[in-house]
Amino acid sequence: MKQSTVKLSQGAFESIRERALVEWEALSNSPKPHITIGTATCGRAAGALEVLKTFKEELAEQKVDAIITEVGCKGYCYAEPLVVITKPGLPPICYGYVTPGIATRLISDYILGNDPCPEFALGALEENELIPTIFDQPRFQYEKRILLARCGDIDPEDINQYIANGGYATLIKALGMAPQDVIEEITRSGLRGRGGAGFPTGDKWQICRDAPGTARYVICNADEGDPGAFMDRAILESDPHSVIEGMIIAGYAVGAAKGYIYVRIEYPLAVARVDTALRQSAELGLLGDDIMGHGFGFEIEAMRGSGAFVCGEETALIASLEGKRGWPWHRPPFPATEGLKNQPTLINNVKTLASVPPIIDRGAEWFANIGTPASKGTAVFALAGKVLNTGLVEVPMGTTLRKIIFEVGGGIPNGRKFKAVQIGGPSGGCLPESLLDLPIDFDSLTEAGAMMGSGGMVILDEDNCMVDTARYFLDFTRKESCGKCTFCRLGTAQMLDILEDITRGEGNPGDIALLEELAADIKEGSLCGLGKTAPNPILTTLRYFHEEYEAHITEQRCPALVCPELIAYYILPLKCERSCDACVGSCPVEAIFSGKKGIKVIDQEKCVKCGSCLDACPPQYSAVIRISPVSELPPSEPRPPDKNGKD
Amino acid sequence: MTEEEEIKKQTLEILESRSRERGKLIPILQDIQAKFGYLPREAMLETANFLDIPESEVYSVATFYNQFRFVPPGKHQVKACLGTACQIKGGRIILEAWQRELDIKMGETTADREFSLERVACVGCCAMAPVTVVDDTVEGKVSPTRVKGILLAFDLAKQKVSKKVKKAKSS
Repeated sequence: MKQSTVKLSQGAFESIRERALVEWEALSNSPKPHITIGTATCGRAAGALEVLKTFKEELAEQKVDAIITEVGCKGYCYAEPLVVITKPGLPPICYGYVTPGIATRLISDYILGNDPCPEFALGALEENELIPTIFDQPRFQYEKRILLARCGDIDPEDINQYIANGGYATLIKALGMAPQDVIEEITRSGLRGRGGAGFPTGDKWQICRDAPGTARYVICNADEGDPGAFMDRAILESDPHSVIEGMIIAGYAVGAAKGYIYVRIEYPLAVARVDTALRQSAELGLLGDDIMGHGFGFEIEAMRGSGAFVCGEETALIASLEGKRGWPWHRPPFPATEGLKNQPTLINNVKTLASVPPIIDRGAEWFANIGTPASKGTAVFALAGKVLNTGLVEVPMGTTLRKIIFEVGGGIPNGRKFKAVQIGGPSGGCLPESLLDLPIDFDSLTEAGAMMGSGGMVILDEDNCMVDTARYFLDFTRKESCGKCTFCRLGTAQMLDILEDITRGEGNPGDIALLEELAADIKEGSLCGLGKTAPNPILTTLRYFHEEYEAHITEQRCPALVCPELIAYYILPLKCERSCDACVGSCPVEAIFSGKKGIKVIDQEKCVKCGSCLDACPPQYSAVIRISPVSELPPSEPRPPDKNGKD
Repeated sequence: MTEEEEIKKQTLEILESRSRERGKLIPILQDIQAKFGYLPREAMLETANFLDIPESEVYSVATFYNQFRFVPPGKHQVKACLGTACQIKGGRIILEAWQRELDIKMGETTADREFSLERVACVGCCAMAPVTVVDDTVEGKVSPTRVKGILLAFDLAKQKVSKKVKKAKSS
């Protein structure tokens, strides 16, 4: 009996797959030039839509018959907008930093002509004799792409492209297995939750399956609220079906019939692409009653999160799904036994669910062979801040921070010195240079005082103040505290007050001890992860960058020259070129004037410390400097009265 | 029809297609905000009535979430990102520039109702930091000068329109 249903499901899916493959082959072997443009949010921010428009209009005007496809994000966000051009018989070539002007050149010189414009190319995507491939870059020595494998290569709004590249075949395979076997496969793979805490996924599934209840639910937590993390957005925008497929398999394994994807409203494009993907899956019968004739029914509803960071916490997320304030509850009961509508509910992060199809497809052993003994598989990080190759990185667990930041990330721009890496957002911590050789996995990070979190990795250089960074995170958690627990609500406000005093140069010698005491109390007295981890950024900066706190408190000096109240901008008279007006024009508040002999002077009363003059002063002069403490500012000449009588 | 009656009518149209489930409160409020740009008092009252829950509960939920606004926004919405990556690349300076140029504080709307200014926690474009979202356009690598430029572009577009209107009137 079971045998025949499996056959039926394979038959129904086989015809869908064949159709998708025929379409994909036709696209790959098309005699027309094929242009793909990355139009995920990061691409759009860099102007990808204007580039897309240029390609469409120019090609139409030149009467060139070409195929233009919008794809997601490859993760090379630093080089956006990214364009890949494939001419029949030639390797696909990836171009970076494309502007409408470069697009016009690419059309006239490469699509119409024969010059592949290597000056704009990042590299070819296949081995060839023309130009070096992108994979020759050092980062590819360390990267291993499983979750990001398809991102930026396929059209996320075309389900057939996903299916043609292996999509949904694993779902059919899983539906042919017993649910218990699916769970065991996940357990043996060693997969741990990618949302931050690293709970073993297989165990969670088993608990949910075994819990008594009248219905079961699967929730995909895509409320990626960590400022500085954007991999869930990129995956949902670039390969939404991988998450949906993982959810259906999870639903089958735990015995759920309904799933929810909870996406933050701040990600409008991800919301739209998930909606499209869900519609297309349902149309093909991959969602809904009796999936592919297998007798298993599953539906998914997309919910938009309303902008509350605490809703990334699973119990708060469930409250929000029920239409309530996003207030967490005390666990146990854990959602896996008693969650949405008091029924067993499986909540997994986007990346956890997207890891499921490759594991079922290639087997638990394959996955378990990647990574470290306790943390299997790959980790996806969003590299941002003071690093050259900002964007997404996928490396095996256990890769050192140094390799990620300096080899994959390309190091620190502008010849500046690395200072710290902030991992795990407001719940994580700042790690110093001495820990760069730390192989990262769930446990090593927790030991160092940070945490994996959702995988945001923000690099700080010597121009970043650690006290200000700690203050920033605390300001964030204080605003986002839901207010249920006193320690979190009032404790974070107290800590923020102290930190603000310190950054203004009004700190007291006893402040550090007070901060440490408050941190311990907040950790102990808070119900959910938000409060329990809120002090981490302060504790790690105190632990690794103690001397910066001291400088602020005892000398009113900001060593990184950041805290506005503790610094002053100053133009060195001997270095000022005099006839150059760059700084004067750059100042948004007209605080700079020409003094005696044309030397530029900053009116300290008017200066808002925005740093525009520092950026504007030509590097050959470098006359603008910052001074801290402010008491060391040399006296400067007063502003002459305005000749035209205007003030 | 007064403005209140108009809001009530349009709210009822939104509610019509919705089921009376308590769990649908947030999606309903999101629809209402998408329609009006904020949550008008009348619309929240109608929602409470529709779901048969206390009015205070609708208000309690609405005020919990950052997404919801209770005053009409400006014609153009400026959202300065203060995510981690934007912060370390000077997001605060950009927010200050917006406040200075628009002469309003964060969360306010200009007197002519042209612009409203908000901060967002992170729009996920960390690689382009510092970022500001103006209406639906994500502006990457913003500087204080660029802030002036963006506002100038709006100003020029407005002048163009008013010139056209004048021209149309005179001819």
